[in-house]
Amino acid sequence: MTNSWTDIRNTDLVVVMGGNAAEAHPCGFKWVTEAKAHRGAKLIVVDPRFTRTASVADFYAPIRQGSDIAFLLGLIRYCIENDKVQWEYTKAFTNASFIVKEGFGYADGLFSGYDEEKRDYDRTSWDYEIGEDGYARVDPTLQHPRCVWNLLRQHVSVYTPEMVERICGTPKAKFLKIAEMVAECSSPTRTMTSMYALGWTQHSHGAQNIRGMAMLQLILGNIGVRGGGMNALRGHSNIQGLTDLGLMSHLLTGYLNMPTEKEPDLATYMASRQFKPLRPGQTSYWQNYSKFFVSFMKAMWGDAARAENGWAYDYLPKLDVPSYDVLRMFELMNHGKVNGYLCQGFNPVLAFPNRGKVVAGLSKLKFLVTMDPLETETARFWENHGAFNDVNTASIQTEVFQLPTRCFAEDQGSLTNSGRWLQWFWPGGTAPGEARPDTWIMAQIFLRMRELYRKEGGAFPDPILNLSWEYHDPNEPEPEELAKEINGRALTDLTDPNDPSKVIVAAGKQVLNFTQLRDDGSTMCGCWIYSGCFNEAGNNMARRDNSDPDQTGTHPNWTWAWPLNRRTLYNRASADLNGKPWDPSRKIIEWDGTRWTGYDVPDIGVTAKPGEVMPFIMNQEGVSRLFTRGMMRDGPFPAHMEPFESPIANVMNPRMRGNPVARLFESDLAQFGTSEEFPFAATSYRLTEHFHYWTKHNRVNAALQPEFFVEISEELAALRQITPGGWVRVWSKRGSVKAKAVVTKRIRPLICDGKTVHVVGIPLHWGFTGSAKKGFGPNSLTPFVGDANIETPEYKAFLVNIEPSSAPGVTS
Amino acid sequence: MNMELSRRGFLKAAGAGVAATSLGALGFGEAEAAVSALVRPLKLANTTETRNTCTYCSVACGIILYSRGDVRKGERAEITHIEGDADHPTNLGTLCPKGAALKDFVHSPTRLKHPMVRRPGSDRFEQVSWDYALDRIARLMKDDRDANFLATNEAGLPVNRWTTTGMLAASATTNETAWATFKVAKTLGIVGFDNQARV
Repeated sequence: MTNSWTDIRNTDLVVVMGGNAAEAHPCGFKWVTEAKAHRGAKLIVVDPRFTRTASVADFYAPIRQGSDIAFLLGLIRYCIENDKVQWEYTKAFTNASFIVKEGFGYADGLFSGYDEEKRDYDRTSWDYEIGEDGYARVDPTLQHPRCVWNLLRQHVSVYTPEMVERICGTPKAKFLKIAEMVAECSSPTRTMTSMYALGWTQHSHGAQNIRGMAMLQLILGNIGVRGGGMNALRGHSNIQGLTDLGLMSHLLTGYLNMPTEKEPDLATYMASRQFKPLRPGQTSYWQNYSKFFVSFMKAMWGDAARAENGWAYDYLPKLDVPSYDVLRMFELMNHGKVNGYLCQGFNPVLAFPNRGKVVAGLSKLKFLVTMDPLETETARFWENHGAFNDVNTASIQTEVFQLPTRCFAEDQGSLTNSGRWLQWFWPGGTAPGEARPDTWIMAQIFLRMRELYRKEGGAFPDPILNLSWEYHDPNEPEPEELAKEINGRALTDLTDPNDPSKVIVAAGKQVLNFTQLRDDGSTMCGCWIYSGCFNEAGNNMARRDNSDPDQTGTHPNWTWAWPLNRRTLYNRASADLNGKPWDPSRKIIEWDGTRWTGYDVPDIGVTAKPGEVMPFIMNQEGVSRLFTRGMMRDGPFPAHMEPFESPIANVMNPRMRGNPVARLFESDLAQFGTSEEFPFAATSYRLTEHFHYWTKHNRVNAALQPEFFVEISEELAALRQITPGGWVRVWSKRGSVKAKAVVTKRIRPLICDGKTVHVVGIPLHWGFTGSAKKGFGPNSLTPFVGDANIETPEYKAFLVNIEPSSAPGVTS
Repeated sequence: MNMELSRRGFLKAAGAGVAATSLGALGFGEAEAAVSALVRPLKLANTTETRNTCTYCSVACGIILYSRGDVRKGERAEITHIEGDADHPTNLGTLCPKGAALKDFVHSPTRLKHPMVRRPGSDRFEQVSWDYALDRIARLMKDDRDANFLATNEAGLPVNRWTTTGMLAASATTNETAWATFKVAKTLGIVGFDNQARV
């Protein structure tokens, strides 16, 4: 989230699209209720189903799953055509005026540079014209035919209300009503917030869904302001934290990147990470990359990371592919190329698409290690549960370890919430039996391997032998020790660059925050964006002062937010070019003539003059990007793409299937279904009574929603002679499940491109362990393909067939 | 660090029915004290209260754990009740149907208590010691790493990659656990390393 949960109270209009906050994030959704009750805010919901959020909305419109880009570009078109643009913001704070190279173009659903063979774009034409001074060329009058604004206007022109209706199935009148409500927020004194979740991410074009809304929010002037923003409602309690800390194949901590094979040494790695400003006088904060990187390497390998060895650059693995993401790993597993797998609090048998392929992959492992407080289907993937897990146990040669861990109530540390607050918590109970903390388990695996390498030698032991592991009890690092490492400290006295006699931070002391980090080996810091969380002032994440001066929703002294305790990202953009808030009643910060002051930590140098230094300090441009250059694989603008399994062809280019650059593995290609064989459009989702596959282990939640079901319309029930409450079989090209049928008015058929599209809703909470009845998950059916940029599986739009059936395990 | 729950501590003292004189000192009149003396003490009055965070979604509602015993004093502690933290700015004491049933997670009949192993081809888990499990896991991992670690690529450049063992990290663990996990996985050269954010 750019903003916080408590900030939603400040909004005028909430758009819930690609999510269902009332159902999945009920206690955060309370702030929507507050805004409605106290500010008269309106709520719009756009979803294939009339959801629990829709039931309290001021306006609801249906949409076919997977067609959101057409809807969002339709909104952008409406705003441009009707002059509903926050012009001053758009001209000053976005790259609307930047001139794009000749040769960039878009036709038949594809951008310039497409190579069908490689399923990839040559992105060289997707860039700015660079002048002789090294800066991007701009036309502040927006007259240049190739300035971003005119290219955008042209790009969205096809998404008329009629086209939106044709692709999305949203009736034109409903679309126009929403467009009017949204367009009102182009006023500097009206703000809209976007609340989205996996309904937008779990598509082969998920990242472009989010781009579409981000662009709309920018031209409305809604980024960086109170009650505005792009608010990703994240799932697990610390999914933000694990992403921030780089527990992903392609990341290091704080959004530093894993190096690739093309970067064999530090100089090459850093050469493409200079982040020189693209406009005069701009901050381009990533210019500090080397300070964060070297401090990270010092945190990892201490004295073994030295200037002479490129700070132990060789110790880092180098990628030969963009990522060894979960889809790639299970593909490799199926080819017998993976021998071992560790699952810490993760249940891939229910979490990853095409369950048949997932279980086949696990069955080829030599060993599997699970670490969980509860039973999981993954730990027992080898166990036969009849129709619910029909495996040949004796043939599975995988050695499986199931390690019991503590749960939240017995643990201590910080979790990063959706709004980037790091909240420390304390243990209240004793863990059952021999359950141990994850930190102890990871330490034990590491120490035992290190000992084996010390005794026996082996493949490249250097990084293992030299890993910094200086804890009071190496067997079980304490949370406070780890948090202090994450924050970082001075390794030698840090002196003031302007006065070398003055020591700013003494050797061994915690740094105040990342502004004190250096790239000469004198500082260490595990994760630069978290620096400031545990400094010499103490554990700032443990702060519990809930005061909120002037009730802005900021709560600046409640725990700690990254970066620098800043609660609203891009908050400099809440004020105009003179530093005055666009809306005085919604001030966050303002320029007092010499510095920025206000309720929140300014997202700009405190003495950076308004009108000179632009608000988007992380971007080389200093402004935000309506056009993303070559930074995304599937286009510098979003463009309509169908899901890989779609009930209709892409109206822009009927030959184009799914995302034209999404990665496809050959075996999966053969497992995509067509609408002739699988005529119904399915989607998957959560229920408020359950959290993924955990709560079926809790008696209360298992009783509240005891049994797997699917939801269909009355029309589809009539078409297939399905009885409400009766058993149905639902199958895709990849698998088959049996469920109780819930026949509901909350789902209605849509008309898309002249064709009736029936929607099948499939919730995801059942398996074969726990207290609830045994059941299936949608992952038995979903396709094995991910987003073109980040490989998030396409869970939200796929094709199925449905028929009345008998109960699971009963032959009719 | 502000762990003290002053307002709650006050309510607890009141609920426990302490002597009327101290209630008077806290501003209660004699009438209230008399009523208070007749009221049965709250069952929660003698429990330890601990600030924690709901383990489910990323709203991160504040919760209060009530336990018999105090783990921070080295005692065994059993959690007897969990409720929303009324002082938390986001949830203001409220919880959803999942958070309200958190105690059932803690005491679920399917909580794991011992390390287990399932041998190749077997149809059951067997209980093993932590030492056995961890030594065996370290051995399996080292043998696989030594056999399949790719030190250099075809061009002879160092790549130090271990692709034949992968890891999924838990996005419901703490940042501190995540950092320790990160250090171990990346130092071993594991590249097939993701968390739930990928899904």
